Amino acid sequence: MKFKTKYIAPVGGDGIHTINTGDWRIKKPVLSQEKCVKCGYCLLHCPVNAISKKDGQFTISYSYCKGCGICAHGCPPDAIEMVPEVEK
Amino acid sequence: MNEIKEIRLHGRGGLGTVKAAESLVYAAVMDGIYANSIPFFGFERQGAPVTAYLRISQDPIRPKNRVYKPHAVVVMDPTLMKAVDVFEGIRENGIFVINTALDPKQLNIDPKVKTIVTVDANSIAMEILNNAITNTVMLGALIKGTGWVSLDRVMDKAGELWGEKNRQAVMRGFQDAKVTNL
Amino acid sequence: MQSFDVMNGNRAAAIGASLAKPDVIAAYPITPQTPVVEYLTQFVADGVLESAMSEVESELTAMSMVTGASLAGARTFTATSSQGLALMYEPYFRASTLRLPIVMAIVNREMISPQTVWGGPQDSISVRDSGWLQIYVEDNQEIMDMMIQAYKIAENEGVLLPINICYDGFYLSHMTEKVFIPEQEKVDAFLGRYQPNHIILDPSRPMAVDPLTNGELLMNYRYLHLEAQQNALQVIEETDKEFESLFGRSYGGLIESYRMEDAEYAIITMGSMTGAAKEAVDFARQNGKSIGLVKLRVLRPFPKSKIIEALSKVKAFGVVDRNVSFGWNTGVIYQEIKSALYESGQFMPSIPFIGGLGGEDLTLDMMIEAIETICHASESKETIWLTRE
Repeated sequence: MKFKTKYIAPVGGDGIHTINTGDWRIKKPVLSQEKCVKCGYCLLHCPVNAISKKDGQFTISYSYCKGCGICAHGCPPDAIEMVPEVEK
Repeated sequence: MNEIKEIRLHGRGGLGTVKAAESLVYAAVMDGIYANSIPFFGFERQGAPVTAYLRISQDPIRPKNRVYKPHAVVVMDPTLMKAVDVFEGIRENGIFVINTALDPKQLNIDPKVKTIVTVDANSIAMEILNNAITNTVMLGALIKGTGWVSLDRVMDKAGELWGEKNRQAVMRGFQDAKVTNL
Repeated sequence: MQSFDVMNGNRAAAIGASLAKPDVIAAYPITPQTPVVEYLTQFVADGVLESAMSEVESELTAMSMVTGASLAGARTFTATSSQGLALMYEPYFRASTLRLPIVMAIVNREMISPQTVWGGPQDSISVRDSGWLQIYVEDNQEIMDMMIQAYKIAENEGVLLPINICYDGFYLSHMTEKVFIPEQEKVDAFLGRYQPNHIILDPSRPMAVDPLTNGELLMNYRYLHLEAQQNALQVIEETDKEFESLFGRSYGGLIESYRMEDAEYAIITMGSMTGAAKEAVDFARQNGKSIGLVKLRVLRPFPKSKIIEALSKVKAFGVVDRNVSFGWNTGVIYQEIKSALYESGQFMPSIPFIGGLGGEDLTLDMMIEAIETICHASESKETIWLTRE
């Protein structure tokens, strides 16, 4: 048999069904830095840890963001807008 | 149509991909022919890519397998094109049915595809159903491109499952779909 | 006229079970069995089914509850998969050794680890020696029909054993196709009522149920249990014939032979893989190969004589196992077939195949490859793994 793993037990990302949650996104959250009040609501509630705080600014990584919209829904100043993903 | 026709449907959780395949099985059976459908789920949730496999034949269908060499591929949501290899295994002279607002020339189509069926299902679904659930519109487009099951049966099943507006959505998908032979 | 509908395997199981009108249903949802519980709950809510439906808090409770209900004389139904079956193991064993004719659908799902939700009969095959009868089916019609036959077989006076109807997760449980629905009146007449005398919790007929028992007596019970398993061989065949006379469909009883009349080689399958294997047999026949197929329908009791008879003329055979037998370096069915043949003195070359684990497909190409290997076998081989290339 052709082996696709180098481990003897199910560990790591090698040979294992990884869920690319980024592929699930139909709409993506876009954060407006002007409206953002730096409360951290989005960072605390994101289920896939796609939001980080760097140099006092919050940023959204789209690698694993699944587009659930929790951040936009709960954002106190409505600084996050859900924008439809475009074709291609 | 003596050989088994194989179709693969690509959708996302929440778009009704699996139900669409099931309503095609229903239509085929009511037409007096045979069909079966098998969905492939991962840890499904709204938005996650979902695949359904469908077989249609004049004779009883024995294989209970996934479809590897589809005669036709249906793409329910255009953003899937970058998430999934939708052309995998498609046969020569294949039929490709896609939900898109673009012109077929703007799409990156596998050379094995002979017939492209395009329909702006998002706009039609928004107009008729007031949400972007495209499965019924895409059913109409698939029937126009293939003719493998009867439109009336699918419209009836869509109406039974999801109400009168979805019945209309199948019809609009059929009417508005643009068939381009390459 | 039987009506028909388009449905998935889980719905076929739920309708089949409800046609038998079980008095008590207790089940806990688990992928891929969940829809069975949902459909049955819906039938009860709609008033189509008059069962006492219990949404219990675990599989352990589900099996315990149907055990109690069956002891009280009720006809019962439950269903599970994989880890759920593992959790109910203690009352699972007791149900058979108490000789309770419980019917349970097992929607086959691979055992962990690694984490998986997809198909594979490792769950039910691993508990094959728990005293239950186990039948494995190929398509949704067979699910529906065997759900009904299960009660007839289990409640037979010479059997009185619980029974599993096992079908592949997703490949059948979520596969949609046309299924005929037997008429309720005919099913009623076919099954009759369950009236236990051998063990019952009934104040008007006092008996000490399941007392502490010494080994000497326990051996008696085991002897009679083994005998009941052997009785079931004939009962399963007779039930298949009676079902055919009423509903027009036969599954061949213990095994199904396909194109075996003049076959020099044989491929042995079980469950939903059989459809693709039959296609592969047809393909190989067109190419001049003398091959047939034996579908093993009943794993417990093991149909030893039927297997010996079916394989009596072949030069070599292969077995496709969708499971593993840890410690044997093969699948389970392969070892059982070989054991059966030992008694007949037939020692032809044989090849074990393993494939389709954890929801992997057993494709037409894999079956063609297996047949090719079988038809060229001059000696037995080590296990060949059927994998995608």
